[in-house]
Amino acid sequence: MNAPQTMESDSWTVAGRTFTSRLIVGTGKYKSLEENAAAVEASGAEIVTVAVRRVNISDPSQPMLTDHIDPKKITYLPNTAGCFTADDAIRTLRLAREAGGWNLVKLEVLGEAKTLYPDMRETLKATEILVKEGFEPMVYCVDDPIAAKQLEEAGAVAIMPLGAPIGSGLGIQNRVTIRLIVEGAGVPVLVDAGVGTASDAAQAMELGCDGVLMNTAIAEAKDPVLMARAMKAAVESGRLAYLAGRMPKRRYADPSSPLAGLI
Amino acid sequence: MSDNPTLVIRVNGEERRTAAGRSVAEMLADLGLDPGKVAVERNLEIVPRGTLRDVLVADGDAFEIVHFVGGG
Repeated sequence: MNAPQTMESDSWTVAGRTFTSRLIVGTGKYKSLEENAAAVEASGAEIVTVAVRRVNISDPSQPMLTDHIDPKKITYLPNTAGCFTADDAIRTLRLAREAGGWNLVKLEVLGEAKTLYPDMRETLKATEILVKEGFEPMVYCVDDPIAAKQLEEAGAVAIMPLGAPIGSGLGIQNRVTIRLIVEGAGVPVLVDAGVGTASDAAQAMELGCDGVLMNTAIAEAKDPVLMARAMKAAVESGRLAYLAGRMPKRRYADPSSPLAGLI
Repeated sequence: MSDNPTLVIRVNGEERRTAAGRSVAEMLADLGLDPGKVAVERNLEIVPRGTLRDVLVADGDAFEIVHFVGGG
């Protein structure tokens, strides 16, 4: 493995599009669109997730996301948040494609409101249909290496297992399965959901993930812009540590100073 | 316009009245919306942006007009 000379030369590619930043950020839960835009800037993210919702027809003049985060500079990744069936998710993404013209989308089909755990039967069904319609779905899923493989076989362009439930901030609950998914995948793997703080993001990258997607960890920090900076640094340092190859773990001490020549 | 019969349609779940003979593009203009920033679904079918001027609003139509908002 060749170590990159700079972070800029360490790019990754999804569905033929190449990005330098390995951090994808959400655009929900911010106090204002201004704060949201400042956090995106500080995070260095080149991709943001966005939701598709009804226009407020009684007040069409209210400020729009596109006025603050320029879709020409930052890649919008439309999501299907709030969809509980394959049909709803597909309908949402057809509208998203018409609104923005993008085939690269984030698919998530949720199983229940309490845990927001993905419904993998509906997710797989939606993936197959979306691929047939020319979409390139990055797919939110359970941290199950078999389900991940099935999604990849169905045409998912990226596998995005949860680290913990959406918005929980619990960190990566099962490092073993995330690592197994990374080892088995032929497409990029990004931890999506569950990151709470910078060390969680670094851990995802140290496990060999291609990237991390997060929203709440930044938006609900006391200082979202500062946390966005922290996440940028964490993703980069976790990536570098992965490339560097960590030392083996030992059960006992091993002195760092030579034993020879002791007085 | 006063000669035209009034149509009853639904837009984003709300019942609205509009004059007959209006295109979807004209309906968006009436609502103060920029067609370049929204997507339109008519009776569960996407109305491609290029055809907004050609498709006429019909009585009983149900429209969904969406755009991008913040989300994770």
